[in-house]
Amino acid sequence: MNYLIGAFKPACNISITFADGKNRKQVPLKKENGQTIMVPLFQSQENISGKISIEPVLGKKVEHNGVKIELLGQIEMYFDRGNFYDFTSLVRELDVPGEIYERKTYPFEFSTVEMPYETYNGVNVRLRYVLKVTVSRGYGGSVVEYQDFVVRNYTPPPSINNSIKMEVGIEDCLHIEFEYNKSKYHLKDVIIGKIYFLLVRIKIKNMDLEIRRRESTGSGANTHVETETLAKFELMDGAPVRGESIPIRLFLSPYELTPTHRNINNKFSVKYYLNLVLVDEEDRRYFKQQEITIYRLQENS
Amino acid sequence: MMLSGDEDEEKWLAEGIAGVQHNAFYMHRALDSNNLREALKYSAQMLSELRTSKLSPHKYYELYMRAFDELRKLEMFFKDESRHGVSIIDLYELVQHAGNILPRLYLLCTVGSVYIKSKEAPAKEVLKDLVEMCRGVQHPIRGLFLRSYLAQVSRDKLPDIGSEYERDAETVMDAVEFVLQNFTEMNKLWVRMQHQGPGRVREKREKERNELRDLVGKNLHVLSQIEGVDLEMYKENVLPRVLEQVVNCKDELAQYYLMDCIIQVFPDEYHLQTLETLLGACPQLQPTVDIKTVLSRLMDRLSNYAVSSADVLPEFLQVEAFAKLSNAIGKVIDAQVDMPIVGAISLYVSLLTFTLRVHPDRLDYVDQVLGACVKKLSSAPKLEDSRATKQVVALLSAPLDKYNDILTALTLSNYPRVMDHLDDGTNKVMAMVIIQSIMKNSTCISTAEKVEVLFELIKGLIKDLDGAAQDELDEEDFKEEQNSVARLIHMLYNDDSEEMLKIICTVRKHIMTGGPKRLLFTVPPLVFSALRLVRQLQNQDGDVAGEEEPATPKKIFQLLNQTIETLLYVPSPEMALRLYLQCAEAANDCDLEPVAYEFFTQAFMLYEEEIADSKAQVTAIHLIIGTLQRISVFGIENRDTLTHKATGYSARLLKKPDQCRAVYACSHLFWVDDQDGIKDGERVLLCLKRALRIANAAQQMANVARGSSGPVVLFVEILNKYLYFFEKGNTQITASAIQSLIELITSEMQSESTTLDPADNAFFASTKRYIEFQKKKGGAMGEKYDPINV
Repeated sequence: MNYLIGAFKPACNISITFADGKNRKQVPLKKENGQTIMVPLFQSQENISGKISIEPVLGKKVEHNGVKIELLGQIEMYFDRGNFYDFTSLVRELDVPGEIYERKTYPFEFSTVEMPYETYNGVNVRLRYVLKVTVSRGYGGSVVEYQDFVVRNYTPPPSINNSIKMEVGIEDCLHIEFEYNKSKYHLKDVIIGKIYFLLVRIKIKNMDLEIRRRESTGSGANTHVETETLAKFELMDGAPVRGESIPIRLFLSPYELTPTHRNINNKFSVKYYLNLVLVDEEDRRYFKQQEITIYRLQENS
Repeated sequence: MMLSGDEDEEKWLAEGIAGVQHNAFYMHRALDSNNLREALKYSAQMLSELRTSKLSPHKYYELYMRAFDELRKLEMFFKDESRHGVSIIDLYELVQHAGNILPRLYLLCTVGSVYIKSKEAPAKEVLKDLVEMCRGVQHPIRGLFLRSYLAQVSRDKLPDIGSEYERDAETVMDAVEFVLQNFTEMNKLWVRMQHQGPGRVREKREKERNELRDLVGKNLHVLSQIEGVDLEMYKENVLPRVLEQVVNCKDELAQYYLMDCIIQVFPDEYHLQTLETLLGACPQLQPTVDIKTVLSRLMDRLSNYAVSSADVLPEFLQVEAFAKLSNAIGKVIDAQVDMPIVGAISLYVSLLTFTLRVHPDRLDYVDQVLGACVKKLSSAPKLEDSRATKQVVALLSAPLDKYNDILTALTLSNYPRVMDHLDDGTNKVMAMVIIQSIMKNSTCISTAEKVEVLFELIKGLIKDLDGAAQDELDEEDFKEEQNSVARLIHMLYNDDSEEMLKIICTVRKHIMTGGPKRLLFTVPPLVFSALRLVRQLQNQDGDVAGEEEPATPKKIFQLLNQTIETLLYVPSPEMALRLYLQCAEAANDCDLEPVAYEFFTQAFMLYEEEIADSKAQVTAIHLIIGTLQRISVFGIENRDTLTHKATGYSARLLKKPDQCRAVYACSHLFWVDDQDGIKDGERVLLCLKRALRIANAAQQMANVARGSSGPVVLFVEILNKYLYFFEKGNTQITASAIQSLIELITSEMQSESTTLDPADNAFFASTKRYIEFQKKKGGAMGEKYDPINV
């Protein structure tokens, strides 16, 4: 048995450590298997550096055709499982072919890496960044080790951020005017607004504000659209009369939002909508959906 | 099995309470372990029970109170940052993450209250935010309770003057602003309840609304408790804002309740200084609102205030409270076209009560009120509504009660005009009230002018009003009414004879319109009143000599003559006769022989022509004899004529005993026991003898007709007359005549045919005892009696 076990075991252990691993912020990342692990956080244009150490198992020597480290930015569509599309791929050769007898350490560095897209875990699509170390071997297969990390990109507050204001209605039935204070919100933002009832001829039971995420993947005939309701926030209880003005104050922080992603590498988009829903006493729903842009604001800024 | 509505509700309530308790249990555990997250979670779940729509306000309140108690514990926890480690500002955000609005807002209010206490933000800002956010609950019952909770937790945290939350002078306004806004929103919700749900349960809904009204009114109470709300602010801000809401909500129930609330919770002084604004709102209310009650209460309060201290009265004058109230009432009545007349009248009653209490000296005000009332009444047909009539009576009685003096009422020009609008029955009742007031206070009405007004007032009693149905009159009531009028006539008096005469003429003018039935009651007091004047004049005679005195006895007698004459048409000759005789006697006292003679003539003529009943004749003749006996003014000739007539009539009475008695009574006409009275002994004797003859004849007639002799009593009576004149010194009456009369009687009494009446026996016996007594007394009288043996 030992032999068998030995046969499937990789010939060496590879570990990847980041240069500033102690101080760098760690964020949770959900793995494919459902587990959540803590991984370091980067943003675009950062230097990603560290060390690789390779330690042969049980003092055996490891023959190899070279050691390399890659920094990959991948998009994975779930309906096209296993097919990764690398939008970023950087390689550093760490060693020429040879043999490793004992633990060996290689420093590596990718400087000012362009990582335009954020890590994203959606329903149908995943965008991830990973460091991949490969010890190439002629036989017995190569030894490969991955290290995930998360990329988040911060956006300054937009210079133009108009409010959303709209008058909608059903003729002779319901007429409302609503206003959200902005069209672009950062992740910890608060939506402030109000709904003004111009005409109410139906018996409204309540009114909710929903935050919906629309994830579309693929293109053309292969487009998949998935919509999730991330927040359902009751704005009003009971039936208003004409002239009532109902306040909106919705804190975004409790919800697991991401920034809006538009056409990421022609592969997918993630958009956010505010959906105002009025429900009448017969449980009929009247709604109006408005897109909002969500961005990530530098937290200390 | 179907459950009835009530059972269902009980069940739902029980479920709700169970839900609250269940979640409260976990909340307590979280609080004990200082676990904020769990505490928020379970408190939100607990509060979710309040989202129910199934409970009536009453039951909902029960549930609310349970949750309320639990929230107090949560508040304690929030207060202690060391227990949960979250700053109050973060906490304020944190509770807003709750997805359901109702729990969210309850929690927000709870944290908000702690937030204000922490003073990390101005109270003003927090309050403003809370009251604004609460708009999200538009369901009437849930909204009302939520806002009521807000009002409750914020009560002691308003930035009032002197409060620890006050930051600068401006903040009182913020407190007011907050309460006003909460009030406005609550009222809107409350009013809206009415329009929700199907129409058939309207009544139930009204009842439910009524149960909730104090939640709304509480805000006004809070407002009134804010120290910083001084008169200025009340006038400029609070009242106009509250009234605006009241007027605009256009809801009957709310308008009534809130107006009443305003009146009850704010100080009197404020009301007085803002009367115009407050009253200005009244005509703008819905036509169905019971404004009269509202205004009555206001006036009650104000008048209580006015009498509470003399210092405040000038304020009333200064703000022209009366004019404003009066004006407002007019406007309300104009605005509420459908207001029943009773409503309008009761408004006037309230105003009048106010006036009487606050401005007792301003009769013009009282008259003004009455005038307005007349105006209102004349726009409608005669009052039919009994409640309205009652109010009019109250209106008219109020000044009487207040002044205890009809004289005051008589100066009110509109008083009689109001009475004109009463139906006949009520008119009489009112007239009686007036008379009773006069009687009770022994008011003396002393000028003809007032008498005129007074009689105009009580004309319902004085004459038949148009269309009054005669047959409906209750005889007893009628008598009582007329007796009252009679008593009233005696209350009309003036020492000045001239004025008194005028009064008499006025009264006469009025009572003459009364018709036969009334004259019987009203003429006698008038006659006596006039005779009193005559006697008064007679006493003054010396004083006013030489002056041209229009009120002479002669003139009065003429008037009396005419007055009494009317009784003939009643017809009531007996009464007329008595009055003539009274007049004759008065004329005698005035030395007016022709007048006295004239009256006697009238009396005799009446006797001859009108008095046919034999009993009445007997009475009449005795009256004539009695009066004539006392009259001294006549000369011999006149006297002879009259006495002759009297004796003649006496002898012509129908029944013998009556004849006998009248004739012996006539004997007194010839013997007046005065110093210079006539003393014609011979004619006395003649009369007595004639009486004896008649008595004899009566005796014989009785024998023939019934087989038994008549009563001896006539003889005994004649004997007594004999004794009288004997004692008075009539020389024609001798002891022997008496002696023989006694013997006659004795023998009559012993005769077998005589039926003996024990009373007659006793009469005779005592007469004899008297003679014995006189004999034994000795002296001149004893001597005189001496020859008589019994």
